[in-house]
Amino acid sequence: MGLEQIPSHFPILTLVTFLPLAGALAMLVIPKANEGVLKGFALGTTTLTFVASLFILRKFDPSLGGIQAQLADYASWLKFFQIRYFLGIDGISLWLVMLTTFLGPIVILSSYTAIKQRLKEFLIALLVLQTGMLGAFTALDLFLFYIFWELMLIPMYLLIGIWGGKDRIYATVKFFIYTMAGSVLMLVGILYLYVKFGGETFLLPDLIKKAGELSVVEQTWLFIGFGIAFAIKVPLFPFHTWLPDAHTEAPTAGSVVLAGVLLKLGTYGFVRFGMPLFPDALRMLAPVIMALSVWGIIYGAAISWVQKDVKRLVAYSSVSHLGFVMVGVAAMTEEALTGAILQMVNHGICTGGLFIAIGFLYEQRHTRLIEDFGGLAKQIPKFAVFLMILTLGSIGLPGTNGFIGEFLIIAGTFQGTFTPRAPVIGRPGDFVDMAQPFAHGLFGSDGGMSVFTFKIISGVAGGLAALGVLLGAIYMLSMYRRVMFGPLRSRANRELRDLNLRDMFVAVPLVLLVFWIGLYPNFFIGKMRKSVSELTEYVRPEVRRRADSLDPGLLRRTLCADLSGKCPAECNPVNPSKACIKKGIKHRVPRVTMRTLHMMVDAERSHRRIRLPLRLELPKALRTTRTTRKGGK
Amino acid sequence: MINTIPIHYFLLLSAMLFTIGMLGVIFRRNALIVFMSIELMLNAVNLTLVTFSRFRGDSSGHVIAFLVMAVAAAEAAVGLAIIINIFRHKKVVNIDTMDRMKY
Amino acid sequence: MSNTALLSSIVLLPLLGALINGLFAGRLPRRVVEVIACSTVIVSFLFSLKAFLQLMALPVGAREIHAHLYNWVAVGNFRFDVAFYLDPLSSMMSLIITGVGGLIHVYSAGYMSHDPSYGRYFSYLNLFTFSMLSLVLGNNILLMFLGWEGVGLCSYLLIGFWFTDVQKAKAGKKAFIVNRIGDLAFIVGVGLLLGLADGNLDFTYLRKVTALRTLYLDPMMVKGICLAFFIGATGKSAQIPLYVWLPDAMAGPTPVSALIHAATMVTAGIYMIARLNFMYALAPEVLTLIAGVGAATALFAATIGIVQRDIKKVLAYSTVSQLGYMFLAVGMGAYTAAMFHLMTHAFFKACLFLGSGSVIHSLHGEQDIIKMGGLRKKMPVTALTFLTATMAISGVPLFAGFFSKDEILWKAFTNAHAGMTTVYWGKIFFVVGLIAALCTAFYMFRLYFLTFEGEYRGPKETEKTIHESPVSMTLALVVLAFLSVVGGYVQIGFAHVHLLEDWLAPVFAVGSLNVVETMGHSWEYATMAMSVAIAGVGIGAAYYLYMGAGTKIPARMMEAAPRLYNFVWNKYKIDELYQVVFVGTYRSFAHFSHRFADAFVIDFLGVRGTGALAQGIGRVIGRLQNGDVQRYLVVFVVGLTLILYLWLQ
Repeated sequence: MGLEQIPSHFPILTLVTFLPLAGALAMLVIPKANEGVLKGFALGTTTLTFVASLFILRKFDPSLGGIQAQLADYASWLKFFQIRYFLGIDGISLWLVMLTTFLGPIVILSSYTAIKQRLKEFLIALLVLQTGMLGAFTALDLFLFYIFWELMLIPMYLLIGIWGGKDRIYATVKFFIYTMAGSVLMLVGILYLYVKFGGETFLLPDLIKKAGELSVVEQTWLFIGFGIAFAIKVPLFPFHTWLPDAHTEAPTAGSVVLAGVLLKLGTYGFVRFGMPLFPDALRMLAPVIMALSVWGIIYGAAISWVQKDVKRLVAYSSVSHLGFVMVGVAAMTEEALTGAILQMVNHGICTGGLFIAIGFLYEQRHTRLIEDFGGLAKQIPKFAVFLMILTLGSIGLPGTNGFIGEFLIIAGTFQGTFTPRAPVIGRPGDFVDMAQPFAHGLFGSDGGMSVFTFKIISGVAGGLAALGVLLGAIYMLSMYRRVMFGPLRSRANRELRDLNLRDMFVAVPLVLLVFWIGLYPNFFIGKMRKSVSELTEYVRPEVRRRADSLDPGLLRRTLCADLSGKCPAECNPVNPSKACIKKGIKHRVPRVTMRTLHMMVDAERSHRRIRLPLRLELPKALRTTRTTRKGGK
Repeated sequence: MINTIPIHYFLLLSAMLFTIGMLGVIFRRNALIVFMSIELMLNAVNLTLVTFSRFRGDSSGHVIAFLVMAVAAAEAAVGLAIIINIFRHKKVVNIDTMDRMKY
Repeated sequence: MSNTALLSSIVLLPLLGALINGLFAGRLPRRVVEVIACSTVIVSFLFSLKAFLQLMALPVGAREIHAHLYNWVAVGNFRFDVAFYLDPLSSMMSLIITGVGGLIHVYSAGYMSHDPSYGRYFSYLNLFTFSMLSLVLGNNILLMFLGWEGVGLCSYLLIGFWFTDVQKAKAGKKAFIVNRIGDLAFIVGVGLLLGLADGNLDFTYLRKVTALRTLYLDPMMVKGICLAFFIGATGKSAQIPLYVWLPDAMAGPTPVSALIHAATMVTAGIYMIARLNFMYALAPEVLTLIAGVGAATALFAATIGIVQRDIKKVLAYSTVSQLGYMFLAVGMGAYTAAMFHLMTHAFFKACLFLGSGSVIHSLHGEQDIIKMGGLRKKMPVTALTFLTATMAISGVPLFAGFFSKDEILWKAFTNAHAGMTTVYWGKIFFVVGLIAALCTAFYMFRLYFLTFEGEYRGPKETEKTIHESPVSMTLALVVLAFLSVVGGYVQIGFAHVHLLEDWLAPVFAVGSLNVVETMGHSWEYATMAMSVAIAGVGIGAAYYLYMGAGTKIPARMMEAAPRLYNFVWNKYKIDELYQVVFVGTYRSFAHFSHRFADAFVIDFLGVRGTGALAQGIGRVIGRLQNGDVQRYLVVFVVGLTLILYLWLQ
């Protein structure tokens, strides 16, 4: 049906999204035998995509917050069903788009020599996959999102199934069915939303506005439907067992894309769809998500420690790292969510890099068992440095990217907490037990987790998540020690070659990013700040703790804490006024923190159930179509 | 004359013919006999159609009966051709042995 | 030169050296690499000196220099800068780090002259200096944490410097992981503190808000935070229960042991607590705990040191023990005494380690003191400097260690603060410290006598090759030995010389508010007399047992109580205990999770079970679909009849 209205700006998002697909189509006419041309063409396409995406970065305006579809491309598509072609980005998806385009050329370069058969099909699959991922990150129409979401599945299925390792068929079928099972639930959720609101729209901004009409029960079930699809993709414990198989069997390029980008779609889904569409359900189920992700951090780390296969070790480490991201998402504070998004990017860089490093070894030695290596640092020193930097990044050493992400998540999760000993004046109901919100949410009543309980839970979760910092060091350094240190025993290892110029083109950008994000993360945070803060305010208004948001009267009353009620001046109890001392009025010195004060304000506010409006801005084209539709009727 | 015969006689005959045909389809193993049984069922239906047409003085039943006969003829031609082919191939026309397509 | 440029160049010059040596060492001649490595640190030292003088020129209350580089992280309430902060405390630390560090860099040029990986070595050493400087000069806790973990990384890399030896690589890993346990607590502490301090971690801000009490700090929370930071300190500064990595860390090259594992890095915990003294003032119970842990560690490590035979192991346990003294001082609120001992310890312990390095170097790697002896005649400079430092650490009067250790013991005896349930805690810590001092004097002189006096007990063929070390190495020894003598004169309690105390007073102003002296100055003479007597006893015993008439006694004592001896010799089997309790538990948890929970319950029963269930249902229903059309028809007819029947009803 074509474009209804040509957007006023150059459709850069559409260009970036479909450039890889166009490249893939063009590659169909290149003869199979011309391997050099094929590789060069694929590399050129992905590089061009990356360069084009730099323009997105330049044009992006960080001062616009909310889910404002910046650089939106819009066209009505299937009019009958009100399905629209609607791409747009905000500060959250921006970095995931950049990560995807950045990893594109790196993936192609890293598989330059690794793929020996069906090279053309391999490259085409990678390019189609690239379009699928970019589309899923930019789509703001739920139906379109679903199409891109499923589009990614097919090339990945082929990548693992054709170019994978020994058990590739098992792994790829497992991957496919598992993911499919989740996405079907999401489809049901999407259709429910569509039908519920009169079959008028699949557009995310519209649906967010209307989602307030959903009852808590509806929200909860819908969230579970969407959430399972995303949780499988993340993967959240206990939906993770497809991951080690898929990662281990996939070719290097497949693993890099899988770890680098595909997993992020799960966490991105929670942020993009779960948070604004079902805020109440998320608040209610956040403790469950937190518990699962914290357990995932510990569990994934412990299992990776006892792996014999390097690739499997890194695969399980993904379970642990993505657990961090999910803690940050579920904490729903600005700091933690920023950390979570940053950590998504970090994980893409570090774990992607680790898979490239393992692929480098595998290509030469055809083994991934840790015991087959040892003492490689002597033989391949440049590689040792590369691997060491990635290892340090992934265990979160300050100065590297991993630290910023993990620290913001941990500290940000604590931000949603306060000291349990602080008095909760006259609110015994605040101690809601764990099971209650569940029951409330699923079976009616709009009860739910009290602010107080949730804060305690996030405190515990933050503390336990910090354990990941230690456990991460244990498995990564053990792996590094066994692979790189010790005597160089086997003869095959003595014939390993070090990184050549092409490998350096892969390694150096990754290493530079590790330090860039570690030492100057503000460049990255700055672009997402507005989007993140508005989103968290929308989901958890009570966590806003700016000084100006405090009611001064309440503050004074709280601070004064005059038990007899006779204090005339509401004076500062630490230094009571002379008038009070004279009259013998006793003040209880309040054992409160700034946090407690905030909590009291929160309590007031959440009684009123204030929800700040999420700033929404639809492209003009969209607004006009909507009004004309109504006018027509 | 024919009007003196009550309608349920025709219908009963038709039902009996249909039942015979149905039982034949269900229980016989020879493909040709099954085929003949199908024809029997079709003709039982035809009889019903014609009966109602006659009693209600509406000719559309006749029309449909002719249509059914035409379809039955075509079907017989195709069906017999298939059976003959299967016979050539397998030397039997027992339908128990015809489960290849399942796999 | 602006303040920003001055402070940044102090910190960043070593980083520059590390980068140059790390990236291009392969293409540079050895001499150039050494010059780059040493000169960056020495220039950094000169700048530190300049900064020190600038600071001194300022009025006492305003001795602060700030240097803001750029905003590091700003998100939500959080705002952390990359900025440096020079005050009397950090100035003193930066002088020690670059001064002792510079000497050790020069020494390393001689020590590592036979090693092919010198580029890597110097790059790590420079990186360490950079990290340590950002630890002490960083103006907020997060930047301090960057240095904190950075020094841990360099320690890991340098302990495992000769990584082809599996044991050394493992020791490096162990150091890193044990440190990380502490760092974990540190991170949790920072996270909690961020909540209290509304996202600002600048030291100046924290001090202001704690002092003015504009923050209504929940006391429980503050105690929790202080405790978390202290656990972090036990990791880095090798205190009970996380001290186990330090003795193993001796696998690294000896100059590394001197710089990282004696003079600078391990004192980071003391520095951190001293830096945050204003917060610890709000958590006096934690202070008492710190003093207790310090005293216990001092005694515990000293007893292990008595029986060790490896020259570096003895020094390692001695370091743990001396760090215990510093924690004891910190815990008593005697921050100046702790920093004083930190400084003198940096001098004499670096001297001892470098001396032992000189011995090991000339004996081609021999570290067992039983196989040494009589080295004084062959290596007079090393022996003399070693003896000087030994006297300093043992508390022989007029040497540096005497003044600093004495001040700690005296403060332990007289100080009191709110966290002590009774004043007797101080007396108990004093007695424990005194016993530890006895052990120290004994094992240090045992070490000296066995190594340098008597007859050479090693193999004959090596005896001829023993020689004094080159000038580049002995130079550092002489300077450090000199400092071990004069370093103590900056603070002589009874002579009313309080240079250090006056210098550091503004930093510890808040922290020492809550600390009171319960007894008069006259007790200082009494405690001093006791510690001198105790040192005399220790030295005398060592002389009697290892030089004089009683040389046969140690062997007999060993035979008399072999079990006790073995127990101490095996370091009280703490390593084995940790191995079983922590590592073993975690390993079984990991195996259980991997084999049972993950592979069996989730994957086999859960995921593949679901698949199998679907398949099973399919198989059952599939039986109906057997291709027999006639059977379909039966079902069809029966079904149709049923429906018709029901419908007609």
